[in-house]
Amino acid sequence: MLADYSILLIGAILVNNFVLVQFLGLCPFMGVSNKLETAMGMSMATTFVLTLASACSNLTYHFLLAPLGLEYLKTIAFILVIAVVVQFTEMVVRKTSPLLYRVLGVYLPLITTNCAVLGVALLNLNKEHSFMQALLYGFGAAVGFSLVLVLFAAMRERLAVADIPTPFRGAAIGMITAGLMSLGFMGFAGLV
Amino acid sequence: MLELLLQHPMLAALAALVGLAAVFGALLGFAAVRFRTEGNPIVDQINEILPQTQCGQCGFPGCKPYAEAIAAGEAINKCPPGGEAGIQALADLLDLEVIPLDAEHGEESPRPAVAFIREDECIGCTKCIQACPVDAILGAAKQMHTVIASECTGCDLCVEPCPVDCIDMLREEETLQSWHWRLPDPVSRRVEIIATDADGDDGASEERAA
Repeated sequence: MLADYSILLIGAILVNNFVLVQFLGLCPFMGVSNKLETAMGMSMATTFVLTLASACSNLTYHFLLAPLGLEYLKTIAFILVIAVVVQFTEMVVRKTSPLLYRVLGVYLPLITTNCAVLGVALLNLNKEHSFMQALLYGFGAAVGFSLVLVLFAAMRERLAVADIPTPFRGAAIGMITAGLMSLGFMGFAGLV
Repeated sequence: MLELLLQHPMLAALAALVGLAAVFGALLGFAAVRFRTEGNPIVDQINEILPQTQCGQCGFPGCKPYAEAIAAGEAINKCPPGGEAGIQALADLLDLEVIPLDAEHGEESPRPAVAFIREDECIGCTKCIQACPVDAILGAAKQMHTVIASECTGCDLCVEPCPVDCIDMLREEETLQSWHWRLPDPVSRRVEIIATDADGDDGASEERAA
């Protein structure tokens, strides 16, 4: 049981890393990785949203859509559920913990419409995960995303001051770095 | 009801989506009312820590504007009346490093002070009244002025404009009523209890320079 869960977690974090292996959530990966600080904020927000989204979408599917035979509505229903849950949490956090709001701040609504979030919800269905499994898979996906994002941000901060040939400066070297990282993560394929 | 829905898939789809949307709409509407925030709550929390002398020594026109500036990233060491204790409280609230008071904005006074107008020298020019940020000075043109001691925040702002220099800043006399246990000296808190290699660090940086 515990072994199953840890395999699921490691699988989601390293082997099937959402960004570098499944190529989901590439926009925040390229977009907010210029500074380590913003990358951390984004990572925390993503971890939060992904875990919450997998749990909520799982519940919605099994208690609303499946009993009514409305499986084909899952995409639109998930979008609705995720958007509302995130919006609600943002309001509560803003009122109860201004400091946390300052950290997560703009990233919370930003991550709502991310393909990684919807991707986790739909992959959970494809793999027929139970509630606990879905929760863990979402969390693992988020940890994998955070790991890669923070590593990438750290590299880009150094690249910003490195002596790079002019045509490769900026986004180009970022893409190359991401590609090399992706190659590296493919090496985890035999791990689980 | 459920059977009817199962027989008519389109009705079921409509009902499910409308139901979801209605529930979520209600939830968000409730949250918008229940968790309404006016302004930026962190500004209010910072403002509560600031001493409310409204003295402007930080370079902002009062405590609230400085609180807003801190929330937007301004340094927390510009408030002399708040002193080291104020900086410590701000650092705790905002999860920042404690930094020493910026000497450019003034020094921390050991005890709260009160302005005192030597009344027989006052010429009634009202200049100190205009300078006072908390309206603690009473008087009219060509009439003698005086300071309401309980309102005075000891900010020094009235001393400068006085043309006859008749305003003194008096330190509050320590009586049995006003005595309180001293806070530990911030310097003594910095005494190193844990051994560090801070001295060895200089050597390392010199090596790097060489």
